Amino acid sequence: MGEWTRRAFIGAGTLAGGGFVLGIAGLVIAPGRHGLVSADAADKGELTTWITVTPDDLVTILIPHCEMGQGSQTGLAMMAAEEMEADWDRVRIEEAPALDAYANAYMLRAFTGDSMPAPVGRALDYGAYRLARWFGTQATGGSLAVRGTGYGMQVAGAAAREMLLAAGAERFGVPAEECEIARSRVTHAWSRQSASFGDLAKAAAAIPAPSSPRLKDPDAYTIRRTAKPRFDIPPKVDGSARYGIDFTLPGMLYAAVDIAPVEGGRLVSVDPAPARAMPGVAEVVELENAVAVVADSYWRARKALAALSPAYDDAGHGEVSSETIFAAFDEALGAAPEMPADAAQVVTADYRVPFLAHATMEPMACTARVEGGRAEVWAGTQDPLNARSAAANALDLDTGQVHLTNLMLGGGYGRRLPFCFDYVDLAARIAQAMSPTPVKLVWSRENDIQHDYYRPAAMCRCAGALADDGRPLAVGAHYAGGGDRESLFMPYSIPDRRFDARGASHHIREGAWRSVLNSQHGFFKESFIDELAHAAGRDPYEYRRLLMDGRPRFRAALDRAAEMAGWGRPLPEGEGRGIAIAESFGSIVAQVAHVAVSPQGGLRVHNVWAAVDCGDVVNPDSAAAQIEGGVVFGLSAALLGEITIAEGRVVESNFRDHQMIHMADAPDVRVEFIRSGERLGGLGEPGVPPVAPAVTNAIFAATGVRVRDLPIKNQDLSRA
Amino acid sequence: MAITLTVNGQARTVDVEPDTPLLWVLRDTLGLTGTRFGCGIAACGACTVHVDGRAVRTCTVPVSAVEGMSITTIEGLARDGRLHAVQQAWIDHQVPQCGYCQSGMIMAASALLAQRPDPSDAQIDAAVTNICRCGTFVRVRRAIHAVGKGDAVANRNAVANSDAIAKGGNTEARHG
Repeated sequence: MGEWTRRAFIGAGTLAGGGFVLGIAGLVIAPGRHGLVSADAADKGELTTWITVTPDDLVTILIPHCEMGQGSQTGLAMMAAEEMEADWDRVRIEEAPALDAYANAYMLRAFTGDSMPAPVGRALDYGAYRLARWFGTQATGGSLAVRGTGYGMQVAGAAAREMLLAAGAERFGVPAEECEIARSRVTHAWSRQSASFGDLAKAAAAIPAPSSPRLKDPDAYTIRRTAKPRFDIPPKVDGSARYGIDFTLPGMLYAAVDIAPVEGGRLVSVDPAPARAMPGVAEVVELENAVAVVADSYWRARKALAALSPAYDDAGHGEVSSETIFAAFDEALGAAPEMPADAAQVVTADYRVPFLAHATMEPMACTARVEGGRAEVWAGTQDPLNARSAAANALDLDTGQVHLTNLMLGGGYGRRLPFCFDYVDLAARIAQAMSPTPVKLVWSRENDIQHDYYRPAAMCRCAGALADDGRPLAVGAHYAGGGDRESLFMPYSIPDRRFDARGASHHIREGAWRSVLNSQHGFFKESFIDELAHAAGRDPYEYRRLLMDGRPRFRAALDRAAEMAGWGRPLPEGEGRGIAIAESFGSIVAQVAHVAVSPQGGLRVHNVWAAVDCGDVVNPDSAAAQIEGGVVFGLSAALLGEITIAEGRVVESNFRDHQMIHMADAPDVRVEFIRSGERLGGLGEPGVPPVAPAVTNAIFAATGVRVRDLPIKNQDLSRA
Repeated sequence: MAITLTVNGQARTVDVEPDTPLLWVLRDTLGLTGTRFGCGIAACGACTVHVDGRAVRTCTVPVSAVEGMSITTIEGLARDGRLHAVQQAWIDHQVPQCGYCQSGMIMAASALLAQRPDPSDAQIDAAVTNICRCGTFVRVRRAIHAVGKGDAVANRNAVANSDAIAKGGNTEARHG
């Protein structure tokens, strides 16, 4: 297939590969209606997808989001194929190239505009609003792909269905209303005529696209709500999947890099001689904040880099440590929030969580070739268009002079989002120094752990006032490290809420880490409500559900999780259950953890049960996998995760000192979905926020020890 | 320095420094990129292959130490066009998410199963110590047990389907 151009696949016509384009749907969200735009859609930007049908009956659906294992490419294809009445066995997907035409800003604008179609409008939430600030992106993040782009996929599929149906009716010489369409066939039963999508593709391409195709009744779904194997899995079991780090070009050189250890620091001096003397070394490239060795193999580049002794300045941050950062937080938080004077009881508590690294299993990697005022870039990113911009900025080129190919991502979790493209920036600069030779930059794990955009460390000082009957009259929190409308939300009837952000700045780079601010506030809120329950002398599950009047979705999720876990059944000495609930990215997730703590303080998390209300489930097995993964990801952080700062730099450097949980530590995770019929919620992130408090609340139930600082490994849980 | 080893049944001679880790010989010299780089200190297991049938983390093994030995990588696990039972179970149970660590997981699991056809949970915990950041451990365990119990393909339709998808959903095609 030749170079993709905006126009080549717009409108009806012949595919370069010899097939027929059936229909291409660019979706523009306009107030009060949705419209399919035709030939010049891509020139206006914001093409959602195209769908082709080839004479061999293959239906190919273009997906404007990257796949990092979250399953949204398959889910989005299911949403289009469902409306289209395509035979799922004959559906294929392709990922959109990094062209402006596929910017998915429509998704973000849709969420933030004053008026929008009802189905989209209902999806408004704060996560989307935050992403909307990255206008002009092709982002995959915010657990947004399915709930944001899905609607466009549905409309495109429905339009294709109506065009195929019309083409069939025309062929049979009957009214369209008399025809049926299913499993990629249009049939007129009475006259016993039938034609496949492939047969009708050419004729359908000539039919005008409907402006408002009708969407299916969810009760008639045959593809959605059934477990479909993900498209991306087979190449991941035989080694054939190609990630950013796997890319190669003939004549390519390899780069290893050393980066100023203190963020903001600059390279002061480096003697390149020791590296230059080593075999295979092509160049030592000095950059503003780093030094790179370029060699004919990655191993040679690494070895030669290790022979260098670069000196950096510390940008004046050399005195900063975790202690100084938390001390500044502590001072900024001041006195606990004031509580009403008529309270029968006032409860206060401080919570603290550390910086965390994303530690994607694939270290950052990027290949670039710079030649004659143009550049080509290959990398795995969560936003190819913004990654392209990062390369263009580094090279002082227009974005149109940079071509970026997005490759598979060995993990994202927020690390490869906009404003986090330092690896693309470095690769571009190194390739510029080596122009026209292409260079692949591969980060070491040490680069990765020490130069992340970290989950912000945070502190929270909570106060709660209880009435005589134990009900909360007021809760308040002073917090440092960030918070927003969504992450501060509590689903409990508490008449008086006082939240106050207190700033205390530092130089550590921060970014979005799977579930963003919900990862901190989920722990703060659900720990504190547990403490209030204890102070009130109530069961923590009963206490929560008592306060959920008017919130049936939350109560249903909480009840489901408690039921799954057998809440209330007696447990042996040293074991306990903890419960927590959080809404994030439009989904409500309640979890119960079952832990055992040995007399010596050894902790084992046996089970986590999760009840999830994400409205409806597109691909149930894949959805469950996201929650399982979120639980393990969040649990790893809660138990072990900690990035510490000393002398202005990150102390940890690899998996020996920045530990992750393993098979042996992973609980059995059970997931159930509640189909509330509400708007679709995200799934990539919402499994994370409840797990830390569910586990610490379970530890309290087992031992009476209240863990208020994460990670749990730093706490003494022994019962001496 | 010329070093000869057997990789996926073929004798291969490579001319590299003897201290070059096997990982980089496989990936950069022989182009077998299915074996992944994760940490460089044998802590994560992403680079696991079989050396004379044993699971070995290649990022810290100098190529000179495996001279003459027989190495199987993820690319060589399937036989006669048929996936290894572990690979098949990984599809049946939809184990991978981002997938980056899964080559190593599969190599560790298949080495374990070759030694212990029906491993206990404790044996799995001891033998499969790879890191997965996406959090697939629940399914890794489930899939290993499924192979151990000799469970037939859980869902033949699903497998046939995903097999077809693999051919159609060619991730390279889009590079045009």
